[in-house]
Amino acid sequence: MTDLTSLTLAEARDGLAKKSFKAIELTDAHLAAVEQARSLNAFVLETPEQARAMAQDADARIAKGEGGPLNGIPLGIKDLFATKGVRTTACSKILGNFVPPYESTVTAQLWRDGAVMLGKLNNDEFAMGSSNETSCFGPVANPWRRNGSETKLVPGGSSGGSVAAVSAGLCLGATATDTGGSIRQPAAFTGIVGLKPTYGRCSRWGIVAFASSLDQAGPVAKTVRDTAILMRSMAGHDPKDTTSADIAVPDYEKAIGQSVKGMKIGIPKEYRLEGMPAEIEKLWQQGADWLKAAGAELVDISLPHTKYALPAYYIVAPAEASSNLARYDGVRYGLRVPGRAIGDMYENTRAEGFGPEVRRRIMIGTYVLSAGYYDAYYLRAQKVRTLIKKDFEDCFAQGVQAILTPATPSAAFGIGEKGQADPVEMYLNDIFTVTVNMAGLPGIAVPAGSDAQGLPLGLQLIGRPFEEETLFSLGEIMEQSAGRFTPPVKWW
Amino acid sequence: MSVDAATTRRIAHLARIAVKDSEVAHLQGEINAMLAFVEQLQEVNVEGVEPMTSVTPMAMKKRADVVTDGEIADAVLSNAPATEDHFFLVPKVVE
Repeated sequence: MTDLTSLTLAEARDGLAKKSFKAIELTDAHLAAVEQARSLNAFVLETPEQARAMAQDADARIAKGEGGPLNGIPLGIKDLFATKGVRTTACSKILGNFVPPYESTVTAQLWRDGAVMLGKLNNDEFAMGSSNETSCFGPVANPWRRNGSETKLVPGGSSGGSVAAVSAGLCLGATATDTGGSIRQPAAFTGIVGLKPTYGRCSRWGIVAFASSLDQAGPVAKTVRDTAILMRSMAGHDPKDTTSADIAVPDYEKAIGQSVKGMKIGIPKEYRLEGMPAEIEKLWQQGADWLKAAGAELVDISLPHTKYALPAYYIVAPAEASSNLARYDGVRYGLRVPGRAIGDMYENTRAEGFGPEVRRRIMIGTYVLSAGYYDAYYLRAQKVRTLIKKDFEDCFAQGVQAILTPATPSAAFGIGEKGQADPVEMYLNDIFTVTVNMAGLPGIAVPAGSDAQGLPLGLQLIGRPFEEETLFSLGEIMEQSAGRFTPPVKWW
Repeated sequence: MSVDAATTRRIAHLARIAVKDSEVAHLQGEINAMLAFVEQLQEVNVEGVEPMTSVTPMAMKKRADVVTDGEIADAVLSNAPATEDHFFLVPKVVE
């Protein structure tokens, strides 16, 4: 029998349907892989007993001729999603041993459709980071290494555990979240596919909040098709999230293989950065050529406010975070550090519970919302955000159906290499992805090539609101042209 | 714009985060690096531009004013650091 962990999600689904193997065998193979890969630090909690019980239920459904679209499919869950009865920490000390008495809507829908939970995945603390180095459980190692080197690289972030687990074959797909690039940047760093859906497409209920107007859950998986399969289960209206869109969920998988002939694809000139590595430039051109060969029409477009997206983001996101994270005060759940009076208890708890990155962002957010600075910073940033969104709307109004850009300004870098002296150095990782969150649009990262050191590089496609299907159709064309990217050496 | 040490302490207090004297200079430097980075927003002409309040055009949804949940005090308190009966316990607030 072939190694079950090398299958794609779609292949595993079809194998289960044909009874080539059982769900319990599929789950056991992945649990064994998880156990052997502890040096990657992708999982912060393994739930093997629960996984086996869920897999056996899936087999029972198969025996009865039942089962949803994800029946028996083993998945990993980012530790930002509340899972009933299973510790959920957002990889922060301040949540300590928090065990949710409820289930997030997105994960509930995955279990409804028959999926199996292998465990909880590492991420940057409260999803604040681009390298998974801010997690209280320590960094995640990228399954990829530079040619001939043993240096450990970051998997990107914040969904670093999710992408490392998928890339290393520890699960067939994983949940992730994206506030400024946290699905797409790590997917690009590990040679897998990641979709950040339109704002409102997936319910945010039960997901630990970072910046509520930017946060969106989405899938990461080995292929575009797998991502589309997961998306159908994750998306959908939820009355418990007032920003959740009441729009029917299409069968996204049907978008795979659809013709893109005559589709207008924009190439934004503002994404051609000064000092951009030649290999990124080349990759971008290659992606455009692939889409052209498939019949798409490439057009040059302009998104004039692109350079202001990242600075505006670093006002809006910390502002919302400072408000959302006010709830961690040592009273109702999580860590409590005693103090003489209640105010001291709050201050001590938050000083010890939050890591340096989270503390810094809360303080920035507090400052830009404080009296006398609100108009100069926060209000201005929200106006700039309107302009960023309008840039996209203008292009879409001219008939552009999707926009092709690089996913990241570089390949994965070494653990500890970036952001030590100046936090802004790390923030620049999200330069190509953050505009999409600011405008609430869908974006997909698809692996498209390798750099000179053999590391995967990705391209990003940005779509119109609620037109994820277009991204799947285009993404699959790039995937067909570029091929799959799996780590060459299983060193872990 | 930039912040001084006193402002840094004030921000930390507003954010309810205790900072040691030895941390102030470092935090001040980091905040100022961020403020320098966002300074470029000042060059954007935002005259007459509406600030974004909702990224997707949608009316605020309202649910029916009915009880949908409750009588789950044990679940609500299950993660609390200190409780008594069905109350959260905190240090004394009023002498």
